[in-house]
Amino acid sequence: MIAEERRPAPPARRTLSFRERALPFVISIVSVAIVFGLAARLVTSATHWPRIKLQFFNRDAIVAAFPTVFRGFLTNMSVWAIALVAIAIWALVLAIFRSLNGPWFAPLKVFAVLYIDLIRGIPSLLLVLLFGFGVPALQIPGLPRTGLFWGAVAMVLGYSAYAAEVYRSGMEAVHDGQRAAAKALGLSQWQTMIYAIVPQAVRNVLPALLNLAVALQKDVALLSVIGVRDAVREAQIYTARTFNYSSLIAAAMLFLAATIPMARFTDYVARKDQERRLQRTV
Amino acid sequence: MDRVRISNLTKYYGTTLVLDDVNLSVAEHEVVCLIGASGSGKSTLLRCVNKLVPFDHGTIELDGVSIEDEQFRNSNELHKRVGIVFQAFNLFPHMNVLDNVTLAPRKVHGVSRKESEANARRLLDLFGMSEFAAAFPEQLSGGQQQRVAIIRTMATNPDVLMLDEITAALDPELIGGVLRIIKDLAAQGMTMMIVTHEMGFAREVADRVCFLEDGRILEEGPPAQLFSTPEHPRTQQFLQRIIEAGRL
Ligand SMILES: Nc1ncnc2c1ncn2[C@@H]1O[C@H](COP(=O)(O)OP(=O)(O)OP(=O)(O)O)[C@@H](O)[C@H]1O
Ligand SMILES: [Mg+2]
Repeated sequence: MIAEERRPAPPARRTLSFRERALPFVISIVSVAIVFGLAARLVTSATHWPRIKLQFFNRDAIVAAFPTVFRGFLTNMSVWAIALVAIAIWALVLAIFRSLNGPWFAPLKVFAVLYIDLIRGIPSLLLVLLFGFGVPALQIPGLPRTGLFWGAVAMVLGYSAYAAEVYRSGMEAVHDGQRAAAKALGLSQWQTMIYAIVPQAVRNVLPALLNLAVALQKDVALLSVIGVRDAVREAQIYTARTFNYSSLIAAAMLFLAATIPMARFTDYVARKDQERRLQRTV
Repeated sequence: MDRVRISNLTKYYGTTLVLDDVNLSVAEHEVVCLIGASGSGKSTLLRCVNKLVPFDHGTIELDGVSIEDEQFRNSNELHKRVGIVFQAFNLFPHMNVLDNVTLAPRKVHGVSRKESEANARRLLDLFGMSEFAAAFPEQLSGGQQQRVAIIRTMATNPDVLMLDEITAALDPELIGGVLRIIKDLAAQGMTMMIVTHEMGFAREVADRVCFLEDGRILEEGPPAQLFSTPEHPRTQQFLQRIIEAGRL
């Protein structure tokens, strides 16, 4: 009891008055409103604004184009989702190949190194053109011939090279002591990889991988150049028919609706990851 | 019968001689402590014994079979029989305590999950860690993590247990709990090679103490003799410094 009384009381928490709490908030709202309001005013008062509005932000055109553009966008998103899974797996395989040591694994290692160097040096657009037009033109029996399929394959092959490097950096960041411990317990090189290194590596690089996923979300629009009727392609078709660009704006809005939440989610995961690291060092 | 016999062991790192003609045998149920200044080659000696690093000359035998024999071509076979615990615990941070302890029995020794978990719980219980079975390493104190690391190695049922300064990273108040486990293991007849700076502990637990300097075993003997009447002047100096630092 006595000891308890002697313990100094915790400092009283200083409570902020309503004014102190509300003022910064009000100031930011007002200043943002003023700056953006002025900017909007400036744009809409420009002499060309009515024409711009008619050509790009035409509500009727957007509504008219929306159904087909949206259907195309669903294609984008399904390609994205499937490619994402394929990339996550294939890139991990490449990264593991690349980090294996020992003479028996040399062919796998060399393959992974060559693959990553070659593919990363080629523009994505070129890969999409090569695979999307080139492979179907070979007319190999038994293989799909649609641009959609081969375009998606090109995206997977291309992005996997980047994702593999991300994985590899994550594997290298795992402390050497982990490898020594796994080895000393009798785990083989392969088991060490699967049970000790890879799970930690994936956790290390999750934010970086999600950033790639956001980039891929937009890059799937590259498939429009090989005739896949995705959102961009459908919007172009509408534009060609009506000479109005609002359908492109509709497509842009759809992409934003997908990428912005994804980017926020990536930030959230990165923040959680950082908190976890900070906790561990204490 | 010698469990471990090290003969004329020599190792270089680059051009630096790290182990210089080391001869050391460890009998079954024997506990040998290795002491010596930092950089004298204690860790390297342990690492040579379970092939974590290669050596240049000499032989190391396990139960009469050279570790360079065909039988140990796959070093996993050696690691199944010689366990090591490191100063830095090196628990797997993404697995809870139970999974840390059962991983090697399941994946390396082919024990079923059920059986390995039962054994793990028995060991955790034995060493006062049963309440932490579901905890993750980052939720444990350093001393608790080190106890789990010892249990993890013990779960593989090694013939020889090597410990490399397992209390060096711990706060003083946590050291006792870890050393108690080792004394228990010694009492149960575990064959051990222990690198330590805790001279009081070495005196209690060791059957034999070896003093290393510059990669050579300068002096060895029963702890009572080596600690109270060291023969070699270097050993006397080393122990004098330890006493001055208040660790004996
Ligand atoms: N990977 C390495 N490469 C080069 N030299 C090394 C390596 N590891 C250790 N050494 C050297 O080998 C010598 C012996 O090192 P070792 O770690 O065996 O000493 P130790 O007796 O365990 O010391 P400590 O008490 O500080 O742990 C030291 O001079 C060290 O610098
Ligand atoms: Mg050492």
